Amino acid sequence: MKLDRLRNSGSSLDPRLYQIASLSAILLYGLLCLHFDVSAAQVAVTIGAALLAQYAGARHAGLPAFDPKSPLISSLSLCLLLRTDHLAVAALAAAIAIGSKFAIRWKDKHLFNPTNLALAVMIGSGLGWISPGQWGQAAWFGFLVAGLGSLVVTRAARTDVTLAFLFCYAGLLFTRALWLGDPLAIPLHQLESGALLIFAFFMISDPKTTPDSRTGRIVYALLATLVALYVQFDLFKPNGPLWGLIACAPFVPLLDRLFPAVRYDWSRPTTGQPSVPVPLALSLHPQRRFS
Amino acid sequence: MRRILVPAFTFLLGLLVWSGDAFAFCGFYVGKADTKLFNKASEVAIARHDNKTVITMANDFNGDVKEFAMVVPVPAVLEKEQIHIGDPALLKHLADYSAPRLVEYFDENPCLRDDLMQDRMGAMKNRVPAAAESTSERNRVLGVTVDAQYLVGEYDILILSAKDSAGLEAWLAENGYKIPTGASAVLHSYLKQNLKFFVAKVNLGEQAKLGLTHLRPLQIAFESPKFMLPIRLGTVNADGAQELFIYFLTKQGRVETTNYRTARLPESQEIPLYVKDQFGDFYRDLFTQQVKRESQRGVFLEYAWDMNWCDPCAADPLSAEELRGLGVFWQSNFSGPQRGRNMPMAQNVFLTRLHVRYDAAHFPEDLMFQETSDRSNFQARYILRHPWTGTDECAAATAYRQQLRERYEKEAQRLATLTGWNIGEIRTRMNLASLPAEKEQAWYRRLWNN
Repeated sequence: MKLDRLRNSGSSLDPRLYQIASLSAILLYGLLCLHFDVSAAQVAVTIGAALLAQYAGARHAGLPAFDPKSPLISSLSLCLLLRTDHLAVAALAAAIAIGSKFAIRWKDKHLFNPTNLALAVMIGSGLGWISPGQWGQAAWFGFLVAGLGSLVVTRAARTDVTLAFLFCYAGLLFTRALWLGDPLAIPLHQLESGALLIFAFFMISDPKTTPDSRTGRIVYALLATLVALYVQFDLFKPNGPLWGLIACAPFVPLLDRLFPAVRYDWSRPTTGQPSVPVPLALSLHPQRRFS
Repeated sequence: MRRILVPAFTFLLGLLVWSGDAFAFCGFYVGKADTKLFNKASEVAIARHDNKTVITMANDFNGDVKEFAMVVPVPAVLEKEQIHIGDPALLKHLADYSAPRLVEYFDENPCLRDDLMQDRMGAMKNRVPAAAESTSERNRVLGVTVDAQYLVGEYDILILSAKDSAGLEAWLAENGYKIPTGASAVLHSYLKQNLKFFVAKVNLGEQAKLGLTHLRPLQIAFESPKFMLPIRLGTVNADGAQELFIYFLTKQGRVETTNYRTARLPESQEIPLYVKDQFGDFYRDLFTQQVKRESQRGVFLEYAWDMNWCDPCAADPLSAEELRGLGVFWQSNFSGPQRGRNMPMAQNVFLTRLHVRYDAAHFPEDLMFQETSDRSNFQARYILRHPWTGTDECAAATAYRQQLRERYEKEAQRLATLTGWNIGEIRTRMNLASLPAEKEQAWYRRLWNN
C-alpha cells in the first residue's frame, strides 16, 4: 500500500522538470563564466518563440492543455547550441523546432527531434552555426554529472539509447585511435565535447522520437553513431552526431514496425518493454500528445 | 558585439555630417602589439572558400639556413604550379593590420554645458578611426615514394608518400632531415589518414643566386574538405610551448576551432596611462594570463573584421592585390573605388586572427576549423583615457576631480587582473598615493548639499 503510494508520487514528477533545471543551470554557467556568444535577448526570443509556437500548435491541434515543458527543453537546448548574429534567426529556429512537432508526423508520432531539426535547417542554410568547441573542461564535467543525473531521474526509460550511443561512439573513436597508433589522449579529447553530451542526454534520448522498443532504439543508436563518424572522419564536417540523428530519424517508423512496443507517455515513463504493466486505457486509446 | 557595432556605424554616418569637428573628440591609435613579441612564433595565413585552400607559411627561423627544413602533412600530391613563394611583406601587413591595439583619448572639460551632445559623443569617442638525393633502390627498401620533386624559388621541395612511418623516418634521417625522436607515431597516424608529406629545405645555390638573406614564406594551394592545421609534428620533442598566429581570409565570416575552445580576449579595457610605453609587455602578459585562465587549452580570437575597413586602423586594410598575394582567389580583379584616405576596397573578405600557445600535453589533436556565418567585428583594443587637466571651476568640475581617484584605482586593479602584475607596483607607477584622498561626505550632506 505504502509502496504503491510512493511509486505514484514518484511518477507524478515529470522527468522533464529535471531536464529543464539542468539545462537552465548549464546555460547560466555558459553565459556567466564561459561567455557564450549568445545574448540575453537571444535567449528571451528563443524561449518566447518556442512557447508561442507551442501555444499556437496546441490550439490548432485542439490539445486539452498548453504544456510549456517540452518547448522549454527545446528552446534551452537551442540557446546552448545555436549561434547566430540575428534575433530573427533565433526565433525562426524555435518556431521550426516546435512547428515540426505538429507538422511532420507519422502515425501520430512526430518524426524529428525538434531541436535537432531546427539546428540542421539553420546550419544547412548557413543562417547559424554551432560552436562545438565552446565548452571548457569544467563545463564538460558538470554537464556529464547533470546528464547522468537525468538518467536517474528518467528512471531508465530511455537510458538504453543514450548508453548505446555513447558506448558505440566512444568505442569506435578508441578503435580508430588504436588503428592510427594515436595516443589515447586524442579520443579522450574528442569525447570532451559539451555538444556531444547535450546530444546524448537530451536529444537522441527524446522518448517521443526514438523507436518504441528497446531493440529498435539500440539499432537506432548504432545507425546514428555510424553516420556521425562518417560525417566526422570521411566528410570532415563538424557536428557529426547531429547529422547522424537527422539522417536516422526517418527510419524510426520502420524500426517501430519491425520491433513493435508500447508508445511512450511523459506521465508514465516506461521502457516500452511488454514486461512492464501498461494501463489498459493507455494501450487501447492512445491519447494524442504533442509534447 | 552588437553593442559595439551599432554605435560604430552611427559614428561613421555622423562623421560625414560633423566633418573636421568630430576629430576634436577622437581617440587616437597609439600602438600595437607585434607578433615578434613572442618567441618561437609561426605565422600561417589560410585563404579558403569552397574547400579550395591557399596556405601561406612563415616562421621566425633565425639559424643557419642549411639547417632549415620543413615537413608539412598535406592532403594530396601537389603539382609544381600549386606551390608558390609568398611575399613576407604581405604577411607583415596582415599581422600589423590585425594586431592588438592601443588607443588613447582625452576627457572633455566637464564644465561644458552641452550635456546631451557630450553623452552622445562619450559613447562614441573611443570607437573613432584615427589614425633529394637517395637512390631509388634505397627508397624502395624503405617503402618511401618521392611523388614529386621541385625547385621553387630558393626551396627544394619533395612530396613524399610512404608505406610505413619507420621507413619514412629513416628516409628523412638519411637525407639530412632532423626528425625528433617520437615523431614516428605521429607520422604513422598521418600516413594512415592518407596524407602526403610536403618537405622543403633551402637550396643554398639558388638562395645565393637570388641574393636573399631571409627565408620567404612558402605557399601551397590545394582542394580538400579538410579544414585543419597539422600541429602534432611540431609538438614532438618541442622545448616548451610554441606560439602560432593564424590569419584566415574567408568569404562568409569568422573562423573558429571546432575541437578546442575559441575564446575572445578581453577588449575595450581602460588601462593606466603609463602602459603606453610598455604596451608590448602588457599585451604579452595579458595573453599569458588568458592562456592560464583557459587551462592552457584555449585558442584566442585577436581580430575578426570585414577587410573593407578598420576602426581604429593599426595599419591600412590590405588592397585587393595584396589579398590576392595571400591567396584570396575569389575576388575579381576589379579594385573598387577609393574610399577616404587611400583605403582600397576589398570586397567579400573577412579576416579572422587566432593566436594559440600550444604544446603536446594540452593540444593532443591537430587544430580543426569551421567557417561560421558570423560577421560581427571584434578587436583586441585597449584604451588610455587622459584626464581633463583644466582649471575651470564649477560643480561638475569638482565632481569630476573627485571621481578621478576612484577611476585610477579601478584602472590599477584592472591592469593587475589582466596582466598578473603586482598591484602595489602599479599603484606606485601611477603615483596614486600623491593624489588627494577623496573625502567621504556624510550622506545627509550629499542629500541637502549643505
